[in-house]
Amino acid sequence: MKTLVLEVPGWPGHQAGQHVDLRLTADDGYQAERSYSIASPPDDHDQLSLTIERIEDGEVSPYLTGVLMEGEQLDLRGPIGGYFVWSTELGGPLFLIAGGSGVCPLMAVIRHRAARESQVPTRLLYSARSVEEIIYKQELDRLADRGDGLEVFYTLTRSQPAGWRGGSRRIDRAMLAEVGFAAEQRPLCMICGPTPFVEAVASTLVELGNPADRVKTERFGPTGG
Amino acid sequence: MSPPAFQGRPRDQAAANRLPPGQYLTRDFPVLSAGPTPRTALADWTFSITGEVAKPKQWTWEEFGKLPRETITRDIHCVTKWSKLDTVWEGVSVDTLLEGSDTSAGYVMAFSDGGYTTNLPLADVTHGKAWVAFAFGGSPLAPEHGGPARLLVPHLYFWKSAKWVRGLRLMARDEPGFWEMYGYHMYGDPWREQRYSGD
Repeated sequence: MKTLVLEVPGWPGHQAGQHVDLRLTADDGYQAERSYSIASPPDDHDQLSLTIERIEDGEVSPYLTGVLMEGEQLDLRGPIGGYFVWSTELGGPLFLIAGGSGVCPLMAVIRHRAARESQVPTRLLYSARSVEEIIYKQELDRLADRGDGLEVFYTLTRSQPAGWRGGSRRIDRAMLAEVGFAAEQRPLCMICGPTPFVEAVASTLVELGNPADRVKTERFGPTGG
Repeated sequence: MSPPAFQGRPRDQAAANRLPPGQYLTRDFPVLSAGPTPRTALADWTFSITGEVAKPKQWTWEEFGKLPRETITRDIHCVTKWSKLDTVWEGVSVDTLLEGSDTSAGYVMAFSDGGYTTNLPLADVTHGKAWVAFAFGGSPLAPEHGGPARLLVPHLYFWKSAKWVRGLRLMARDEPGFWEMYGYHMYGDPWREQRYSGD
């Protein structure tokens, strides 16, 4: 994972959860476009952070994470996506569920909440394969320690370090029921990650009594192209 | 020495000619939606033609199953940049569904389970350009791909091919549907790269 920090003069602002389209042009004119969630909150003016996962046989991510150098320019378009967003006015409680790199847009939400010193009750349930693969861990632990109503739960699906006290299995109905807010509290749920993950979590949240229009989904994954 | 430039993947020229600007080829079938997958029992499923039409119509799943159907092979293009070539569907032509409806409406709003909507000109869903599809790749359409039935309008970005479609509402004027309200293009022609409003 690599975070690119972009200076975007004249950036019109964005909402937490939105993304940008990056376009790369090769010498022969060939262009490739990809979407990346904005990991920084709207409260960071003029500067955008994109956290990019390097996909080994990917077309674009190896370039962005390995070749691109500081000072270079990129073609960027955005912000895009008006539905998978959160701002403090939308209130809560807020239940954020992340699978792997799906945590990126949810990090923008959490950072925005912190920047506004919001006390909206918020829980992040973050599934990763191992503790090394938890992105933003130090920052998340620090924000959770503030005691302002943000709680962070990790579950590691492939390997756990000695003495690990977090979750150690894939997210399932029992975990969602235990960690999430009761459906009667009408939480706003935002789920982001690979499609099978999002599909399973979204269906389960609906089965647990959350109305479908309180469950927002964003599905991620390598483009495979 | 200038920094190394982006090169991109070695390109298959034949496929490249079939890809609209900014698209890449995928061999899998990504799923994107705004919310959970709706699940409607077939016993409760209906398809309706409503709105600015002299004779509104409705079919149950059983009645729908008796309509003439076609096998359609087309390329599809998602606004999130993936394209899939030669996808095979089975569906009922929207021309069949609109047969005999007396209308002077210029536009339709497709509406779906879960509240999704998308708007299209009537001219873009008639004359063999659109279907209500219930099978993909020879199998019944899976719920996460829009089953039991979705609208299929391959010449426009695939958000216009409304999943879980339950009807078409004919309207005199164009109105934004779900994604169009969130900044996506009202028309959505992949060959003119009409992804977002203002394109």
